[in-house]
Amino acid sequence: MKTAPVLDAPVLDAPVLGAPRPHDSAAWHVDGQALYLDDIAEPAGLLHAVIGLSRVAHARFPAPDLSEVAASPGVAAVLMARDVPGVNDVGPSFPGDPIFADGLVEYHGQSVFVVAAETLEQARAAAALARIDYEVLKPVLTIDEALAAQSFVLPTQVMRRGDADAALARAPRRLKGRLLIGGQDHFYLEGQIAMAIPGEGDDMHLFSSTQHPTEVQHLTARALGIADHNVVCESRRLGGGFGGKESQASQIAVIAALLAARTRRPVKLRLDRDDDMVLTGKRHDFRTDWDVGFDDTGRIEGITFELASRCGISPDLSGAINDRAMFHSDNAYFLGNATIVSHRCKTNMVSATAFRGFGGPQGMMGIEAVMDAIARHLRLDPLDVRKRNFYGGAGRDETHYGMRVENFPVPAIIRQLEASSEYAARRRAIDTFNATSRWSKRGLALTPVKFGIAFTLLRMNQAGALVHVYTDGSVMLNHGGIEMGQGLFVKVAQIVADAFGVPLDRIKNTATSTAKVPNTSPTAASSGTDLNGHAAHNAACIIRARLAAVVAAEFGVDEASIAFRAGQVVAGDRALPFVDAVRLAYSQRVQLSAAGFYRTPKIHYDYATHRGRPFLYFACGAAVAEVEIDTLTGEYRLHRADIVHDCGRSLNPAVDRGQIEGGFVQGMGWLTTEELVWDTDGVLRTHAPSTYKIPSCGDVPTALHIDFFDDVEDADGAVHKSKAVGEPPLMLGIAVFQALQDAVCAACPGDAPRLDAPATPERVLMAIAAHRARQPA
Amino acid sequence: MRDSIAFLLGDTPRTLRGVDPTMTVLEYLRGPERRCGTKEGCAEGDCGACTVVLGRPRADPGAAPGTMTYEPVNSCILFLHALDGCQLLTVEDLHVHGAKLHPVQQAMVDHHASQCGFCTPGFVMSVFALTQSAASVPDRAGINTALAGNLCRCTGYLPIVAAAKAACAAPVSRDDATTVQRLRAMRDPAPVRLAAAGTTLFVPTGVDDLVRLLAAHPDATILAGGTDVGLWVTKQHRRLPVIVSLEAVEGLDRIVLCEDRIEIGARVTLEALLPVLAGPYPAFAAMLRRFGSRQVRMRATLCGNVANGSPIGDTPPALIALGAEVRLRGAGGARTMPVEDFFLGYRQTALALGEFVERIDIPRPRMGERFHVWKVSKRFEQDISAVCGAFRLTLDGATIAEARIGFGGIAAIPFRARATEATLTGGLWHEATLASSRETLARELTPISDMRASADYRRIVACNLLTKLHAETWSPGATPALAEIAA
Ligand SMILES: Cc1cc2nc3c(=O)[nH]c(=O)nc-3n(C[C@H](O)[C@H](O)[C@H](O)COP(=O)(O)OP(=O)(O)OC[C@H]3O[C@@H](n4cnc5c(N)ncnc54)[C@H](O)[C@@H]3O)c2cc1C
Ligand code: FES
Ligand code: FES
Repeated sequence: MKTAPVLDAPVLDAPVLGAPRPHDSAAWHVDGQALYLDDIAEPAGLLHAVIGLSRVAHARFPAPDLSEVAASPGVAAVLMARDVPGVNDVGPSFPGDPIFADGLVEYHGQSVFVVAAETLEQARAAAALARIDYEVLKPVLTIDEALAAQSFVLPTQVMRRGDADAALARAPRRLKGRLLIGGQDHFYLEGQIAMAIPGEGDDMHLFSSTQHPTEVQHLTARALGIADHNVVCESRRLGGGFGGKESQASQIAVIAALLAARTRRPVKLRLDRDDDMVLTGKRHDFRTDWDVGFDDTGRIEGITFELASRCGISPDLSGAINDRAMFHSDNAYFLGNATIVSHRCKTNMVSATAFRGFGGPQGMMGIEAVMDAIARHLRLDPLDVRKRNFYGGAGRDETHYGMRVENFPVPAIIRQLEASSEYAARRRAIDTFNATSRWSKRGLALTPVKFGIAFTLLRMNQAGALVHVYTDGSVMLNHGGIEMGQGLFVKVAQIVADAFGVPLDRIKNTATSTAKVPNTSPTAASSGTDLNGHAAHNAACIIRARLAAVVAAEFGVDEASIAFRAGQVVAGDRALPFVDAVRLAYSQRVQLSAAGFYRTPKIHYDYATHRGRPFLYFACGAAVAEVEIDTLTGEYRLHRADIVHDCGRSLNPAVDRGQIEGGFVQGMGWLTTEELVWDTDGVLRTHAPSTYKIPSCGDVPTALHIDFFDDVEDADGAVHKSKAVGEPPLMLGIAVFQALQDAVCAACPGDAPRLDAPATPERVLMAIAAHRARQPA
Repeated sequence: MRDSIAFLLGDTPRTLRGVDPTMTVLEYLRGPERRCGTKEGCAEGDCGACTVVLGRPRADPGAAPGTMTYEPVNSCILFLHALDGCQLLTVEDLHVHGAKLHPVQQAMVDHHASQCGFCTPGFVMSVFALTQSAASVPDRAGINTALAGNLCRCTGYLPIVAAAKAACAAPVSRDDATTVQRLRAMRDPAPVRLAAAGTTLFVPTGVDDLVRLLAAHPDATILAGGTDVGLWVTKQHRRLPVIVSLEAVEGLDRIVLCEDRIEIGARVTLEALLPVLAGPYPAFAAMLRRFGSRQVRMRATLCGNVANGSPIGDTPPALIALGAEVRLRGAGGARTMPVEDFFLGYRQTALALGEFVERIDIPRPRMGERFHVWKVSKRFEQDISAVCGAFRLTLDGATIAEARIGFGGIAAIPFRARATEATLTGGLWHEATLASSRETLARELTPISDMRASADYRRIVACNLLTKLHAETWSPGATPALAEIAA
């Protein structure tokens, strides 16, 4: 028997909202009890599946010869495109993501077939026996090739305000540049996995490591050619998601379900790390060309951005991701006359997908490079140029897509951060250091973040929750959100505990399931708490109102005078323990279960004109980073970073702090050591941690100071005035990149070499080496 | 000869026979044992999610009787035979369900050190091992060294660092005496032969046995720490018909400190070697601290790094620069050669069929000699080098009396830069000699481009290391020691 681990009992009337409560599963994480999908007791007769991956990037192929695969020991089933009874596509919004390639492979590592066998080893051995004759076609691999071939997954979009060309022509000063921004692998520690258990008739019970159980359910039904109500998709926790399991989990789950339906046996499909990295999508890489006109103080008058992203073979979520890149091309700055063009390039690579920030980070990188370039051109501190361009002041409070920027906290955040980080003094100290240090140079940068909160796809901004109160006073909480490490479950439980005035341990979050809350949105866009917290709050309030009515009648008082706190239902000087109130209600045949629902207000957007209010609010923050580079090897270290971030009224400062810390480090990784290398055949060469380097412990300095913005605006925010914190901190990592740029410039006096992302030691050194080569000997 | 192995799983004795000798400890735990606390994140030793701890009675001469050592290792690349005679501890062993959490676990909760939690059991085990070995609360650098082999994608590490500090401040010792007794009672000195699933694995106990086995099975795979061989199985899914493990061969675990050299046996792990080299060659030790991770170094041997014959191995450049020798032994006897002569071509070595590397001899430093080695990689910790350059300079005033240079990552084999050595030798160690040696080196190199670095970068870095050498010779500390930053 497993019993719940002992946590220190919370003080009964301590406020639960805003308390730094541990993650809901913390104790189970540390003692190994937490069950991830692969840890769940395996049902008898379980088969293990291995996907047969394409070995070329672009080719036609006749129906493969899988006879040897099928005849291999232990094999129970082999499936390919023609074996899909329903629709052979798992595209989330547009078609284009075949479950199995059908006569045409479009990227190296694409799934061609799947084999299920008694053991994983047998399945693996069998998969190696496939014979596929590829008629190799020329692949389109780079952004340049795709643009030349006009190869797009979706039409080019343009956002416009004013006449950027005229403003550029008029501006006293003008600069142009290009920035290459690399992609990023999610590297969730738990790889993609699903287990399908067939039931009676068409029933299919799926366990999936997904951020979007509803989509898994719907796509499984569609692939099997059955109604949605036959499929249940369940997920208790993910070993990390970061966007990588938003649309990418579907194919894995659907394939497991296809095999289970065919064999009538349970099937597990777990990708090993290499297959995971090869087969599933990553962050989009971008080529950003900019052309900016500005005055002598560095203030922008007009700008054009031409963004081109590598989307891989299919639209997947690329439309919304590239839209978000366009929405964030301003970051925190008023752009004046602006034209933003966005090309969504189709290439013969795995389809790029959601990743924390969802295009926003790439959008921001462009304008931050512009700020830096203007400052270098004018020989100003980049921070001064940034400040001059912030939103604010007459006529400078509307984004290039027509949304008002209200209660803009960035200038105040920067003031707080400049003081806490001692920016000015450190800038002087670094200048002095750089003047005397020959081989080592330091760099400093402060960059802001303004990130729009809401799904830009309107219909996704809704959520449901289900709350049951049992007659022992314990509460079961269920909602559409997925717990993937971000602390969603504890936050939503805090909201419900607060609503009922009971200790947190009375609330139990149960596994997310399409059978409990239907038609949910993915846990993404930082919206998990905003949406599900609201929905759960609404459900709790429905039950609370019923309980209040019962207790009011019992006490003979007005319902409005009833309060729920400290485990009691209170009216004036009378109180009833919560559990007694529950029993009373039960005995009076009052329903103790409720479904809650929420939809985000105020938002609207017109895609034809690219104008509207796509976001409910902005989540903002800023970071200062100081780095030191070795100009002989290009290696570097982050010395110190200071962050001020606006979490609104934090529901759980420990969780929010964790999101800020982790997001910053992940953003830093994206822009420094995390390099995806594809060769000229379109083969990903970095498909394991031996070659793909996410930050390790020593990359994070002890001097990483995190403060919450302390002047929180009351008018703003979401549930209980908290703010979304999942994605925005990732973009704080841009400060590290800009600090490296600053150090590189310090190593190249009179020059401002371009640094592309990720700024690996190689890129840092090559930027300096190019400068050295230009110097007279 | 035994056909089984015996160990303690936590406190429960286990005897295994008839198991696939290339089954990994991770597969064993998650499979037959259904102990699922230990996770697989990569199956190649790089993420630490599978970290478990091997306890064994302390054998070193100074050890108090009845005490144990606790080694964190990556269970995903560890074959089962390595458990023989050990105590295997997993995250489930630290705390009994229903009871209070172990202090390491409680510290992780208190510091909010888990988010998705998938990396957490691995960190718990690494921190647990640290609490058992650290004499005092380690500084940040010490904690980094202990945690470099554990990746976390969620937290940004600092909460884990804080938890590790707290746990080390109040370590809880285990009942070592009882465990030692139990392990002693289980000990069986007979050599082991495990055969199943098409693989036969021998664990001989004496050098003579080893020689005989290798003569009888010249095609056998020699297995030392398995940090390379393990991946042949877990990543390349190769079947190895015959394996001869050095795990229990007596004598090969010795480090002998002679007057003029240090002899390092085939079983000596890098973790054991590190403190020994810290005195005579601090730069070598500093480089070793960045070799793999602690989990890797607990298993990886110096001789394995050489025998592996990889052009990117980190120790061959240093060994070449130091003039180290490798001693090979086979049925025909022993022979010794300079390390650079051991490497014949891309992944080809001088090792004849039936031979093994018995030991490596590193000369002790002589007067007037300076030694530097620099490892340059994309990530600072736990990464494979883009370039590794090692230099031994003997100066007579400003004159270079002798120069020896070894490089990794810039040719098909670990490379001795003889032409550059010649340019340097006899010259004055001034800017002009630096310039000409850079030119020679640039001509001498044949680097390749791959996912780790371009050939251009490798060439520039290699030459810049000469500049670094020059700067460090005349003003030590002139170039940044990145290891010391950011702690
Ligand atoms: C996560 C990770 C990180 C790593 N990081 C580094 C790094 O930073 N730098 C680096 O250089 N390497 C690194 N390696 C590679 C590996 O750890 C080293 O090469 C190690 O020294 C190999 O030693 P071993 O004892 O584990 O060898 P094994 O894996 O047991 O054997 C390696 C090869 O040598 C042969 N062999 C071993 N011992 C002998 C002997 N005595 N006589 C004859 N043949 C023998 C084996 O047959 C095999 O071909 C890393 C590996 C991993 C998994
Ligand atoms: S699973 Fe990653 S190191 Fe073992
Ligand atoms: S907590 Fe998710 S990987 Fe560490």
